[in-house]
Amino acid sequence: MNGRNGNGNGHPRSHISLRNLNVYYGRHHVLKNISLDIPDRTTTAIIGPSGCGKTTLLKSLNRLLDIEDDVRVEGEILVDGEDIYGPRAEVTHIRRKMGLLSQKPQVLPMSVYDNIAYGPRIHGLRGRRKLDLLVERHLKMAGLWDEVKGRLHQPASELSVGQQQRLCLARGLAVGPEIILGDEPTSALDPQSSQTVERVLNELKRDYTVVVVTHILRQARRIADYIVFLYLGELIEHGPAAEVFANPKHPRTKAYLTGEIS
Amino acid sequence: MTRGQKDGRLLRRKWTEAFFLVLMAASTIIVVLSLLLIVGTIVWKGLPALNLSMVTQTPKGGYYLGKEGGILNAILGSLYLGLGATALALVFSLPVALYLNLYARKSSRTASLTRFALDVLWGIPSIVYGAFGFLVMMLIGLRASLLAGIITVALLELPIMTRTMDEVVRLVPRELREASFSLGATRLETAFKVVTRQCLPGFLTAVLIAFGRGIGDAASVLFTAGFTDRLPLGLLQPAATLPLAIFFQLGTPFPEVQQRAYASAAVLTILILVLSILARVLVKRATRHVIK
Amino acid sequence: MRLVKDWLGRRVMQAFSFIPGFLVLLIVVGLFWKSRAILAVKPVGRLLFSSAWQPLKGEFGLWPFLMGTLWVTAVALVIALPISLLTAVYLSEYAPRTIREFARPLIDLLAGVPSVVFGVWGMLAVVPFVGRVLAPLFGTTSSGYSILAGGIVLAVMIFPTIIHVSLEVFASVPRALREASLSLGATRWETVRRVVLRKGGQGILAAGLLGLSRAFGETMAVLMVVGNVPVVPRSLFAPGYPLPALIANNYGEMMSIPLYDSALMLAALVLLLVVLSFAVVGRWILVRVERRAQ
Repeated sequence: MNGRNGNGNGHPRSHISLRNLNVYYGRHHVLKNISLDIPDRTTTAIIGPSGCGKTTLLKSLNRLLDIEDDVRVEGEILVDGEDIYGPRAEVTHIRRKMGLLSQKPQVLPMSVYDNIAYGPRIHGLRGRRKLDLLVERHLKMAGLWDEVKGRLHQPASELSVGQQQRLCLARGLAVGPEIILGDEPTSALDPQSSQTVERVLNELKRDYTVVVVTHILRQARRIADYIVFLYLGELIEHGPAAEVFANPKHPRTKAYLTGEIS
Repeated sequence: MTRGQKDGRLLRRKWTEAFFLVLMAASTIIVVLSLLLIVGTIVWKGLPALNLSMVTQTPKGGYYLGKEGGILNAILGSLYLGLGATALALVFSLPVALYLNLYARKSSRTASLTRFALDVLWGIPSIVYGAFGFLVMMLIGLRASLLAGIITVALLELPIMTRTMDEVVRLVPRELREASFSLGATRLETAFKVVTRQCLPGFLTAVLIAFGRGIGDAASVLFTAGFTDRLPLGLLQPAATLPLAIFFQLGTPFPEVQQRAYASAAVLTILILVLSILARVLVKRATRHVIK
Repeated sequence: MRLVKDWLGRRVMQAFSFIPGFLVLLIVVGLFWKSRAILAVKPVGRLLFSSAWQPLKGEFGLWPFLMGTLWVTAVALVIALPISLLTAVYLSEYAPRTIREFARPLIDLLAGVPSVVFGVWGMLAVVPFVGRVLAPLFGTTSSGYSILAGGIVLAVMIFPTIIHVSLEVFASVPRALREASLSLGATRWETVRRVVLRKGGQGILAAGLLGLSRAFGETMAVLMVVGNVPVVPRSLFAPGYPLPALIANNYGEMMSIPLYDSALMLAALVLLLVVLSFAVVGRWILVRVERRAQ
C-alpha cells in the first residue's frame, strides 16, 4: 500500500512546506506566521516549552484542527506540492498520508487484529489472507509481532501501555502513510518501551518522514536530524540538529537548550 | 485497487455520510419541533381563554362543571400544594445531601445504600406514589385533602431534590472544607456556614426543579388531594390543582368548561417554563461564582 | 455547647439518611400488603395472564393491561430510539457550537413539560392525526384514540431522557480516540459508527433502559389518548389500556367493589417492580461506565 516508492524517475519527494501559517483559537493567536520546510525522510523534532503551540502545529499538518470549535487556519501547508487546506483537498486522503501517534496510546475498542485492520478495511481492503498478511507485516515493523501473535483476537486494551503504543504505531503504518507524526509519543511510557519506540522510529525514517513533538531534550538529541524550536507560537529557530544543538543562533534557543527557560 | 475503484469507494463513503447527516439533522429538527408544537398548541388554545376573570375567580354553578367562573381554585391550590410539598421535602433533602458528603466517608455503606435508594425512588412512577399515598391515607384515616396531597408530592419530590443537591455539594472542593475545619469549625458549622453558602444557587436550582415537577404532576394528587370548586380553605380540605383541573375539565362536553382546561394548561405551562428558565439561569450564575 | 450541637446535628442527619431506604421498603411492603387480599383468593398466574376483566363478577385478569402497556411502550421505543440517538450523535459529533447551544436547552425544557400538557397536545393534535390521516392511509378506521397515538405521545416524552443520557455517554469517549480514528483516514461517520458507538455501546443500552422505564410508568398523557378499552389491543390503531391508566381511572370505584382496591394495588406493585428493574439495571450500567472512564 506504500505507493510512493514505485516511481524512479524524479518523482517529487514527500516534503512538507508551511507558508505563513497562522492558527487562531477564537481570538487567541496560537501560531504566528510559521514558514518552514520539513525535510524528507528525516526525523524532525519540534521542541519548545509547553503551551507554545507544538501540538497545534502537529495537528494542523493532518487537519485534525478541523474538528475543533472556533479554529481558523490561514496560510498554506504544502504536502507533495499541494496545499492541504486548498479547496480541492480531500481530507481522508491527507490524513491517510500521515500516521498519528498520540501521547497516550489510543487503542480502538476492538481486538489487536481489528485495530491494525481498521484503516485498511475502511479503505476497501478485503480478503482474509490479505488482511492476515498485512497485520503480521505491520506488527513486525513495530516490533510487536512476537509478543502478540498468540492473542491477535483479544481486546487490545489488555496489552501493556508500551505494547499499546507500538500497536498504535503499527496501526498507523498499516494505511500506508508517507509521514509519521508523533505527539510526545513516549512520554506516557516506561523507559524500556520508550527505547523500543524510539528504535522503531529511527528505523522508519529510512522510508518515512518523521515529525515528532517532544519536550524531552535528550530525546531530541537522540533521534532528531532536524530541529524546529517554537516559543509562544512563533518559529524562533530551525535547522539541522547538529548545528542547532552546537551553535544555537537565537538567544532564546540558547536559553531553552541550557534549561534557563522551560 | 485501481484508481477508479478507489475514487468510487471514496464517493460511496461520502454519500453514506451525507445520507446519515440528513437523517440526523431531520431527527434533531423533529425533537426541537415537538417542543415548539406542544407549547404552541397550548398557547394557541389557552391564551385566548386567559383573561382577568379567569385567573381571579373560582368556577361557579355546579360541581366543577359550572359554565362560568375561572380557575383561581386550581391556581391557588397548586401553589399551596407545591409550596407545602417542596418545603416538606426540603426539610429532609438538605440534611441528607449534606450528610452524604460531609459526614459519611466516601466508601461508607450507608452512603452508597442511601444513594441507591434515592435512585430507586427517583425511578418510581408518580402513579405508584399516588397509590401509596392513598394507602397511607386509609391507614391513618386522612381524607382526600391538601395535606394528603402535600405529603404524597413531598415523597415524589424528595429523590429529585436530594439527588440534585447531592451533586451540587459533591462539587464543593475538599480544600474549602478542609480550610474551614482547620480554622476550628465543627462539621455542623462548616456544613451550614460555608458549604451551604457556596452551594446556595445550586440548592435554589434543586428547589425550583423539584417544585416544577411537583406542581406539574397529576397522578400523585389524583387519589390524594381530591378536587373542589372552592379555594383551598384548610389543610384537611380537598384542594384543586392545575393538572387535575386540566384533566377533569377537558373530559367534559361543555366548551366553556373546556376553555377553563385550556386556560389551566396555559398557566401551568407558562409557570413551568419560567421555572425551568430561572433554574438554568441560576445554574449559569452558580458555576460562575464557584470557587475552583 | 457547639460540640453538643454538632453531635446532635450529626445524629439527626444520619437518621434522615436512613429515610430513603426505609421509604423504598415501605412502599414495596405496603403495596404487597394491600395486594394480599386478592392474592389469597386468586393465584398469581390467573391474575397476570387472564384476559377476563369484570370486577363486578370478581374477575381481575390483568393481561389486557399488561399487553396494553407493552404495546404502547414498544411503539414509543421504536419511534424514540432512532430519533433520539441520531439527534444525540448529531449534537455531539457534528453540530456547530451555536446549534448545540440552541438545541440543548430546548431539549431540557421538553423534559420539564408536565404529563397532562402532553396529554392535551395529544388530544388536540395526535389523536386527530392518527384518526383522520394515518388510519385511512393504512386502510383502517380508527377514532384516533389508539395505541399508536399513545406511542407517539410517549415517544416525544422520552426523547429528552434518551438524548440526555446518550450525550453524556458520548462525552465520556475521549476526544483523542476520535482523533486516532480520523487520522487513519476514516470519515466522521465511520468514526461514530465504528468507534464512538462501540465504546459507548453499554451506555446507549442504559439510555434505552432508562427511556423504557420512564415510558412504562407514564400515566396521564397516555391515558388521555389511548382509548382505555380493557381488551388486548388488536392493532396499532385499536385502543388499549395500559396498566398505569387502569390504576388512575378506577380509583373512584375501588372502594365500593370488593377486592377492587386490592387488585389495583397489585397492579401498582407489578408496575413498580417492572419499572424498577429496568431503571436499576440502566443506572447500574451507567455507574460502571462512569467508573471505567475515570
